[in-house]
This record gives sequence, C-alpha cells and structure tokens, in this order.
Amino acid sequence: MGSTNSTLSKIPNVEELMQETGFTPAHIVRLYDRFEALDKEKTGHLRPQDFGAINRLAMNPIGDRIIGAFFSPGQETVDFHSFVRTLAHFRPVDKKRPKDPSMPEPVNSRTSKLKFAFQLYDQDKDGKISRAELLQVLRSMLEMQVTEEQLESIADRTIQEADLDKDDAISFEEFRKVPPARALRLTYQHGAFAAQGTQNTKTCKVHAHRK
Amino acid sequence: MSVRVALHSPTGSRSFLERGLLLLVMLIFLEGTVLTLGAASSPDISAQDNTGGGHDRRDDHRGIAGSHEHTNYTYTKKAFPVLSLDYHHIQVPFEISLWVLLASLMKLGFHLIPRLSSIVPESCLLIVVGLLVGGLIKLAGEEVPPVLDSNLFFLCLLPPIILDAGYFLPIRPFMENIGTILMFAVVGTLWNAFFVGGLLYAVCQIEGTYLSQVELLPCLLFGSIISAVDPVAVLAVFEEIHINELLHILVFGESLLNDAVTVVLYHLFEEYSGAGEVTPMDVVLGVICFLIVSLGGIAVGAIYGILAAFTSRFTSHTRVIEPLFVFVYSYMAYLSAEMFHLSGIMALIACGAVMRPYVEANISHKSHTTVKYFLKMWSSVSETLIFIFLGVATVAGPHAWNWTFVSVTVILCLVSRVIGVVGLTFIINKFRIVKLTTKDQFIVAYGGLRGAIAFSLGYLLDKDLFPMRTMFLTAIITEIFFTVFVQGMTIKPLVDLLAVKKKQEAKRSINEEIHTQFLDHLLTGIEDICGHYGHHHWKDKLNRFNKKYIKKCLIAGERYKEPQLIAFYHKMEFKQAIELVESGGGVKLPSAMPSQVSMQNIQPKKLPPAVAERALPQFTKGREEEIRKILRSNLQKTRQRLRSYNRHTLVADPFEDGWNDFLLKKQRMIELEKKMTEMSNYLTVPAAPPDSPTMCRARLASDPNAFYNIKASSEGVPTIQVDLASPQSPDSVNMLNEFSKRGATDQGLGQREGATRDEDQGLMMKPSSAGKVEKGEEDGGNKNPGLMRCLSDPGPSNEDEEDEPFLP
Repeated sequence: MGSTNSTLSKIPNVEELMQETGFTPAHIVRLYDRFEALDKEKTGHLRPQDFGAINRLAMNPIGDRIIGAFFSPGQETVDFHSFVRTLAHFRPVDKKRPKDPSMPEPVNSRTSKLKFAFQLYDQDKDGKISRAELLQVLRSMLEMQVTEEQLESIADRTIQEADLDKDDAISFEEFRKVPPARALRLTYQHGAFAAQGTQNTKTCKVHAHRK
Repeated sequence: MSVRVALHSPTGSRSFLERGLLLLVMLIFLEGTVLTLGAASSPDISAQDNTGGGHDRRDDHRGIAGSHEHTNYTYTKKAFPVLSLDYHHIQVPFEISLWVLLASLMKLGFHLIPRLSSIVPESCLLIVVGLLVGGLIKLAGEEVPPVLDSNLFFLCLLPPIILDAGYFLPIRPFMENIGTILMFAVVGTLWNAFFVGGLLYAVCQIEGTYLSQVELLPCLLFGSIISAVDPVAVLAVFEEIHINELLHILVFGESLLNDAVTVVLYHLFEEYSGAGEVTPMDVVLGVICFLIVSLGGIAVGAIYGILAAFTSRFTSHTRVIEPLFVFVYSYMAYLSAEMFHLSGIMALIACGAVMRPYVEANISHKSHTTVKYFLKMWSSVSETLIFIFLGVATVAGPHAWNWTFVSVTVILCLVSRVIGVVGLTFIINKFRIVKLTTKDQFIVAYGGLRGAIAFSLGYLLDKDLFPMRTMFLTAIITEIFFTVFVQGMTIKPLVDLLAVKKKQEAKRSINEEIHTQFLDHLLTGIEDICGHYGHHHWKDKLNRFNKKYIKKCLIAGERYKEPQLIAFYHKMEFKQAIELVESGGGVKLPSAMPSQVSMQNIQPKKLPPAVAERALPQFTKGREEEIRKILRSNLQKTRQRLRSYNRHTLVADPFEDGWNDFLLKKQRMIELEKKMTEMSNYLTVPAAPPDSPTMCRARLASDPNAFYNIKASSEGVPTIQVDLASPQSPDSVNMLNEFSKRGATDQGLGQREGATRDEDQGLMMKPSSAGKVEKGEEDGGNKNPGLMRCLSDPGPSNEDEEDEPFLP
C-alpha cells in the first residue's frame, strides 16, 4: 500500500478525481501506471500519436473514433484526469446509488454509457446520427469489402427501423431503444484479485452485456 | 374419453365430432397395438425373447420352422397356401414402426385436446401413455417387453436429441456464461452426488430401516446416477415455458456438460464397488479421467466437425446427400467417443457447434432446411419414445419398494439441489457482471429435472454386483416421476407467478447487429488502451484467426470473405421478402393511396411496419412497360427449355410445389396488372410476369443476392437479370439488385446465403453489379411473388426459431 500512496500523491487532485469517477485508489494507481506507460515522452499529456502507438488499436475499425473520444473538442492532448474520466464510463453501474435529482448523472450510469456510445457514432455532435454518419461507421466496420450500394441500403434500413420520428436520423432517444430490453451495458470491471499496477494489468475485465 | 371431449369442447359440434372420432380411432389403434405387441412378446413357436436381435430370432424361427416343415412333409402334402400370415418375418421392424407410430399419434392427440396441453407438459402425458400401454399389455396377460434397453437408449434414442441441441446451440450466450455453466455442471453435480450418496448411506445405517446391507460405495454410485440433471427432460419442459435466454442456457448447458462428470463418477464407483474401497490414488486418477473424458470428448467432436465441414466444401455437385454428411459425421463422433468411454454427449455438442458455421456456408438452402427438419423430427420422436418407454418400463418392473429409501432420496435430491445452487450462485455472483437474482436461482434449482439417462444408467448396473439394483431402480423412477410430474407441471405457473422474465419475442434487427459489432470493437479498443488481454481481446484474436485461415480451408468458393454484417443483412432482407410475398401476393401500395385501389385479395397479414412505411419508387410508364416486356420475353423463352427433371439436381422441386399456387397467383397477377396500369403515377414495380415458374426454379433460396432492396429515395430502373446456369440461354434481364456476388460466411448465424455458384443447376438469378444498373434501384415488394413462394420449404412460419433467425 505504500507504493500506492506514493503514486497517489503524485497525481494532483486525486481526491476529487476519485469522488467524481468513483474509482478506488487501486484503480487510479493502475490507470496512472498505464497512462505513464503510454506517455513515452513523459510530458504528462497524451497525444493522438501515443494512442496510435498501440498496435492493436490501429487494427480496430473504429480505433480512431475511440481515440477521438478521449479528447475533448478543441483539445489536442489528454491529461490524466480526462483519461480517467473517459474510462470511468466503463465502471460497473452502482446499483445502490440513491436517486438524487439534484446531483448530475454519474459517469457510469446506464444513460451515460449509452451517451458515450452514441457520441462515438455522432461525430459532429449534433445530437443525431445522420445517414452520412451511419454510412461512415458502416464503412469503417465493413472494411471496404462491400459496395457503396450495399452500404447505403443497410444504412437506409437501419434508419428506417430505428427512426420513429421520421427525421431520417437517429436521435439519442431512438438509440436507447434499439437493443431489446434496453439493457445495454458497457462495463469494465476490475478483478477481485488486484495485482501491482504493472503495465499489463491482467486483472481487469471488460465486458459488454446485452440482455 | 369421447365424453370428456364433449364436456370440454367449447367449439362447435363439428370439431368436437372430429376430435371424438380421432380419439376413438386412436383408442382402437392403441388396443390393436397393445395386443400385437403383447402377442409378439410371448413365445410362439419356441422360446424367443423380444428385445433386439432380430437376426437370432429369425434364424431360430427358420430353423425350427424348417424342422416343423420337414416333419410335416413326411406326413401329408398340404394344399398350396394362397394366403398366409407370417408375422415373425417382419416382427422387429413392425414393432419398431408401431411404437414410433404410437408415439407420434399420441403427440398429435395431445394437441387436439384443448386445455390439456397448456396445463400438463407433454412429457407427463407421454409417461402416462406409457403407463397405460404397459398396463394394457400386462392386462392382456403378456409380458411387457423391456423396451428401455440401455443399448437402445444410448445408441439410438439419445443421440438425435443431443445433436439437435448441439447443432442449434446458441453459441454466444453459451460462451458468455460458460464459467457459470461449468461451475454448475461440474461442482454442482459433484456436490449433489456426494451429498445425496453420503446422507443416504447415513440413513441406511440407521437401525430399523432394514437397509444396513447397503454399503457406502453403492450409495455413492446411486448418488452419482441420480444427481445429474437430464437434458431430455429439461428440454421437454423448458421448451414450453419460454423462459428468458439466460436461464434457459444455464440450465440446459449444465445438463449437457454434466455428462462428463456423471460418466467418470459412474465408472469410478462401479469399478470400485467390487473392491469396496477407494484410495486417494483412485481419486487422483478419477480427476485425471475427468479431464480426459471431457476434453477428449470435445476433441473427438471437434475433429469430426472439421471433417464434416471440410467434406461439405466439395458437395456442390451432389447436393442431395449433403444432410447425410451432417448426420453421419455427428453420429460417428458420438460412437467414437463412446468407444473410448469418453463423453459422447460432449462430443456431439462439440461436433455440431464446430461444424455448423462452415457447413451452413457451404450447403444449399434445401439441405439446410432438410438438416433442420430432420433433426427436429428425430429428436422429437426420440423424446416422445423415451418418455413412453419410461412409462412402460415402470409397469414392467421389477420393483422393490422401500419407503425410507425412496422418500429420503426424493427429499435429499431436492434439498441438495437447492443448497448447491444457492451456494454456487453466491460464489459465482462475485465474478459475474449480470448477477443471478433469487428468482433466477429458484428457477435454476427447480428446473433441475431428472430423466431417462438416470434410469438407463441404473438399468446398466450389474445384478450380481449390486443386489439392491431393483431398489435403486424403483427409487430412480420415483425421483424421475417426481421431478417430471410435480416440478414439470408446477414450473410454468411458478414462472408466471414470480414474473420471471420471458423469452424475448423480438426479432433481431439490423440495428442490433450493428450495435453489437460496434460495441465489440469499442470494448476491444478500450481493453487495448488499458493494456489488458481480456475477454474481448481473445475473442477478437480468434475471429481474426478464423477469418484468415480456417474459413479459407473449410468454406467453398469465395464466400468466406463476406463480412458477417452483410450476410446478416441479406438474410433479413430475404426473409422479409418471403414474408411479404407469402402474406399478400406481393403487391405493395404506397400508404398514400389505399383508397384508390380496391384490392381485396391483397391483405398483407403481417407486414412489418418498417416495410409498410417505405416509400416506393416511382417509374415512368414507358420504363415500366419496357421492364415488363423484357421480363416476359426472357422468362417465356427460358421456361421452355427447362423441362427435364433430374432427380439429382433438385431443380424441379419448387416448381412442383408451387405450381398450383402459381396458377392462382398468375390469375391474380393478371388482374392486378390491369388495375395497376390504370394508376399512372403511383405504380410500383411491375407485377410478376405470368411466366414466373421458371423464376421459381431459380435457386433464389440459396442466392440471396437476387433479392431486392427497397430504398427510400432513388430513381432508376430496376433491371432483372436472369442468368441461366444451363448453357442454352444467353438471355439476361438485369435484376435490380446492386449487390455484387458476395460469399456468405457465417459466424454462427446459420445463414442460407449462397454465392452465385455456377455449379448450381437450374435457373439462377445473378445480380448485376452496380455498373450495369443505371442507378442502383430496388424493386417494390411486388417482386416475383410466385418466385418467392416457390422457394424453399413451406415450413410453418410461426415456428420457434433457434437463436438465430432462420428462414421459415
């Protein structure tokens, strides 16, 4: 625990961070170690190139979108706080959270998770997934193996199925309804047996469950 | 029985009469069956036993008859027998067929009685029927045949059910919950076995029960036999309660995977019951044996599965025997595993699950349908027979009823199951994201039904080694009856009472599919960012490996390249096309003008809302005429050429099926066309040309690329391209489809797509590539109703689909 504390003390505003995101100190330390590992030049900020250095991410069809999600609009670097805040979306949902309407929606609630996913689709942030955006997503996922017409027909059909107010785009409300039972969960869970915060922390598990 | 029907039928007298008659017929038949079976079981000419070994009997018979005849001939010359009855000649096949027929008629009968099938699960009714039949045979004075022979059960009755389960196993939920399932299957079964066995032994030692001669090892053996949840019973009961997917897969998966544990425990205890003790060394060996049995079984299954997949790659010229490969390879996998005393059930499951994606990409649509229906048919018959035989075997006995033993067994089983489930869930929930609630636990515990496997295992016990075998059998039967009747009957009301989540009836939509894939990518990405090799990382790796190497080997042609999403989309569109056609003659009108056209005939029954909303493309009249002309001319010509029917090509089948419907549709179409020409502006795509039987012949079923696609906004002309596989016709009418020929692959989606393979016989509709079409355009729903109709098999469309949507 000594090492944890010392690491924690290196991070500015760590209490506030934990409060906001709900991560435990052990998690924060682990993430910090990972952050440092990615930050090869030790500037304290991550740039897109640092993310791009992760090989497997480059192979991911929506890798660049994910990277983009870490950067707030207009910013070119990601500091540790933003890093953690983005990853906080993937914490398991706190079932016992009292429903306090005055407090803002916590980062890892179901709605926030869905919103995060929604924003990955909606690149221009206008609150709707337009046909063009959908086409882009399809194009990147299908990796150039299909013709334009096929893509367009899929996009059309997708919009037709989900679009309830007929504006030819999918709004967040419509997006929420898509998975049956509406229980789309993005969860990133730390294993019960925490290891030291090494680079390849094998104790984290990432799950997506659709019920 | 007819009286009861009279009381219960609320419908008109006519249907009552029908039902009454049918039941009467069945009763008579039943009597006849029973008497025949009874008569058959008693020795006629000489001592012959009834089970199996038709050869022996026949030889016996012939030998004896020969001697009889010899003696006869020395006396007199008989008159030439004009008509004679020789039952023994055909006895065995006759009896088998009679049983199967009886089983099927019973199944039919149950669904005719209005309320019975909703209250009582089928399995219960079938056991009752078995009891009746057994009782009747006994009453007739004959000896009841020991029908639930272990060989018959394990080699003939069980494999179809397991193969059906394994082939259609929903892989994704299964793999997601594999940890939980394994925990329940392995640890749960072990716990049950030892708890029940141990406590039974303790009870037996109590004085006054007269059971003190039952030793520890036989008790443990008994515990291991009775603790295994039975897949047949679970399937039979759970099928009717439509519970949510998670619970279903948990209980069902457990029942499948506990076979390995049961096999090992059974053999272990059986081996050492003679010796009387088990040393720690034996336990270690047992554990090793368990690993070998389970992993070995899976390996054997996987090998055969890959062989089957590889074989199916080359079957494009001999489509008729494609289903055979699926069945035979699977059965061989089962038998090979049983040969080494590995777990046959796991081999079957592994074989089915491994071969499915590749085989389905390779075989034709018809073969796929055949496989599906044969599996369903066989497993259904097997299940029915198993339950009936259980009933008969109960009557047959012999029984040794011991109140203490039996009641303690029943109670202990229930108790141990509950404790086991609760305890394991407590541990499992620490590792699960989606926790199992109390309701879930209750259903899992309550759904642990025992069935015929337990009985057969008990039956296999050696009489000499286990003098209390009859007592064991009695207890096993009682436990089975208890679980099937009491638990089986009450689980449905309990599910409703507890408001357990039911199975989602919603079909998978393209949205869901896209989101699923998107999320997979997202989570894999996040895992990579965090630097962790998690669940998604490995899954992604496996997928890439699969795509790169395996699919190339095992899938014929170019189809392995097609991304899953596209294949899924094709399938959906295709399905919708068929639905559309089947429901309303295929004419779709824009919602703007329902009043102007009175098409009474065209009432789409279940038009998916999305489809109904689609705007239809608009054509100029001239274009339309052009299209129609082209269609007609081409199709007329091609029709004349395809006259020959070849048994090996399966070409003419749809033709035969749809012909009558076709004529009707033709009539309607002509009428429709007339009406449609009146409406100049809103015309949709031309009605199907009257000569569509040839289109029918097109293996559209296996060629999804040929369907259409409805887009909200496009213009242009749909062109239909008909490329005949037969070398004679050079005509081609370009089909609207802009999809280029893509291979179909499958990742467990169970698809039916086939590329435009020229080796397919018969008329094929090849889509044109984008270049040929003026602007990718789609046809209205009006496509070729006859075409669609003639496709594939007219299976019941409200059939419960397995996990993946599958074309009806």
